[in-house]
Amino acid sequence: MNIDLSKDELAFQEEVRQFFAEHYPEDIRRKRNEGITLSRDDMIRWQKLLNERGWFAVNWPVEYGGTGWTPVQKYIFANEMAAINAPPLVAFGVKMVAPIIYTYGSEDQKQRFLPDILASNVWWCQGYSEPGSGSDLASLKTRADRNGDHYIVNGTKTWTTLGQHADWIFCLVRTSSDVARRQEGISFLLIDMKTPGVSVRPIITIEGDHEVNEVHFEDVRVPVENLVGEEGKGWTYGKVLLQHERTNIAGVANSQYRLDRLKEKTAQAIHGGKPLLEDRNFVRKLSALEIELKALEFTELRTLASVAVGAAPGPESSLLKIRGTEVQQSLDALMMEAAGYYALPYIPAQYDLDFPDDNRIGFGTETSTSLRYFNNRKASIYGGSNEIQKNIIAKHVLGL
Amino acid sequence: MDFSLNEEQSMLADSIARFIDTDYDFETRQKIVAGDRSLSENMWRTFAELGWTAVPFSEEDGGLGGGPIELMLMMEQFGRGLVVEPFLANIVLAGGVLRRVADSQQKARWMGPLIEGELQAALAFAEPQARFDLSDIATTAVREGDNYLLNGRKTMVLNGGAASLLVVPARTAGNQSEESGITLFAVPAESSGVTVAAYPTVDSLQAADIKLENVAIAEDCVLGTVDEGYATLCDVINEATLAVAAEAVGIMQTMHDKTVEYSKSRIQFGVPIGTFQALQHRMVDTMTECEQSRSLMYWCVMLNQAQDVSARRTVSALKYQVGTAGIKVAREAVQIHGGMGVTWELDIAHYFKRITAIDLMFGNADYHLDRFSDLPVNS
Repeated sequence: MNIDLSKDELAFQEEVRQFFAEHYPEDIRRKRNEGITLSRDDMIRWQKLLNERGWFAVNWPVEYGGTGWTPVQKYIFANEMAAINAPPLVAFGVKMVAPIIYTYGSEDQKQRFLPDILASNVWWCQGYSEPGSGSDLASLKTRADRNGDHYIVNGTKTWTTLGQHADWIFCLVRTSSDVARRQEGISFLLIDMKTPGVSVRPIITIEGDHEVNEVHFEDVRVPVENLVGEEGKGWTYGKVLLQHERTNIAGVANSQYRLDRLKEKTAQAIHGGKPLLEDRNFVRKLSALEIELKALEFTELRTLASVAVGAAPGPESSLLKIRGTEVQQSLDALMMEAAGYYALPYIPAQYDLDFPDDNRIGFGTETSTSLRYFNNRKASIYGGSNEIQKNIIAKHVLGL
Repeated sequence: MDFSLNEEQSMLADSIARFIDTDYDFETRQKIVAGDRSLSENMWRTFAELGWTAVPFSEEDGGLGGGPIELMLMMEQFGRGLVVEPFLANIVLAGGVLRRVADSQQKARWMGPLIEGELQAALAFAEPQARFDLSDIATTAVREGDNYLLNGRKTMVLNGGAASLLVVPARTAGNQSEESGITLFAVPAESSGVTVAAYPTVDSLQAADIKLENVAIAEDCVLGTVDEGYATLCDVINEATLAVAAEAVGIMQTMHDKTVEYSKSRIQFGVPIGTFQALQHRMVDTMTECEQSRSLMYWCVMLNQAQDVSARRTVSALKYQVGTAGIKVAREAVQIHGGMGVTWELDIAHYFKRITAIDLMFGNADYHLDRFSDLPVNS
């Protein structure tokens, strides 16, 4: 057991820092630090920059354009990304559908889709949940009926994050209802969003933003070559994907970054004549959270270390999802506390780039604190609610 | 960065695990607790023969040169086995002082026999008025001729009843809570003026309150430098805190595992109670607390092994973690075991008591949360 980074790892850390110092775009940095909304183009530009350096598809096998990094290198990279407050990568392509395609897809599918995901030429979104199928995902009703060389897709997907930007959607669809277990009739289908019959309707979430959507399919003709793997095996593939998703959403490095900023900010803010950071009640909550987060960081490292010698992350990744999102939400709440009155003004326009600086209300990003607080209540609900994660652990880890 | 153990470390952990499984089952432990002295003495001899009492001492002192990692591995197993033998009192506490500051004569006189398992010792660090404050020492040591005269009271001295050597911090200068002016003395328990009131503790350990009345102690029994014992005391207590925290991790994991197993076999309403979602989610929570505590323990131990500037602060983080998470796990374990969980007969109850006691040793969760908050990162 040894906590030190090796000479090579330190050199790698330096290399990453150097690259970010030289290449992280100034305008994106400013937007991130001031809480201004990123455009689709901003996100794509940043991803392309990473890809040009070969650092975008961190977890992919090397043969498809991955890095081949060790768990510690991945840990270093994630921390350095967080340290510059880099935009989170849009996960749906690179982290979600790609692993399914390179694991279960045909050679043709790999060649068709992976290069464009790597280059961020194509924006993907996820079609899992339906209006009637939330936690009980296997109850999904969207149908794909075989008709010659096509599937005819009918149904509705919902909570489609950033679907308004997407070119393609990967869907779980029902290809057969004549099965013993309802999970067996589900297939994994890739659908071009420009196909006639696909329509996208915005859903405005609690903080007032347009982040998620409802996607309708009306007699959408999808070529059979867009089926990934075997018909009826989609549920299995989808579960693997969810395990990838769950480790991704722990967000440890980002939470550490936010906790450090919160400490900085509350070391200055005034509360009863002294910094909030000297208030016993506040600091105890902050310290308890810091300890929980440190534990989570090492739980994630331990998981990565075991994944490095095995294969895909197992059901224990559910633990990371649960605690990771709990920590995020506790941080959101502490940030609200720290912001005080400045958490209250609701002026959505001031998060646009062209809003005049002098007219912005609230110093720093305090006023966006509440937007994040409200929005991020989603974290314990998405990716399989935290209660569903507990069901998974109970069944597959504890054997109950 | 590396989480794996080297060969010696794996062997050490395995040998203790095997011993617990084959020679230290719950019934045996309960016989010792009920007062079977010869069984207990045999156990301690075995500990010495297997080399466990030598682990933290340097090779040149006749030890095995183990550090925080070895200590963690041992204590975690001792936690799993609910071991009541006085490893903490003898080796970590009293031995911790001796190996840090004893001179060669003192080492030959006390440390050798301690490692051999022939000497029982104790560190009398706590005083009735001091709560968790290590520098709050009212016991005085006044120079008189060639001797020091010690007066004062010590409480909750682990292994104090059996110990023939008491390591006693006493004030040679300064005010009651001052960090300087504390000196460590080696006090033979049979010295005139020493009164030992021994008692068992709720977690089935042995402790004592000790009265010192004009106890004359020779100058060659001063351990380390006069007036400067506080730093040593802090180092030893820091290590002991890490030790009991690792023991707590072993206890938590065991309670969780036993509870999950029990829930699979206990039938109510015609089904195993482990099929109830209300219980499943709580066992997932206890699993999570175990994993998080283990993660934090590795972090803490690796930083202490590396003698990182933040090492002490990490020990407070860990002690807070096992204090809060440990009690959560323990309460769920008792609750899910139902009525049996609150019987003397079942081991669960005794794990519960031990982890409750661990929270109160060397500062409880609140104390360590504040210490974590207040200590600078490079303390």
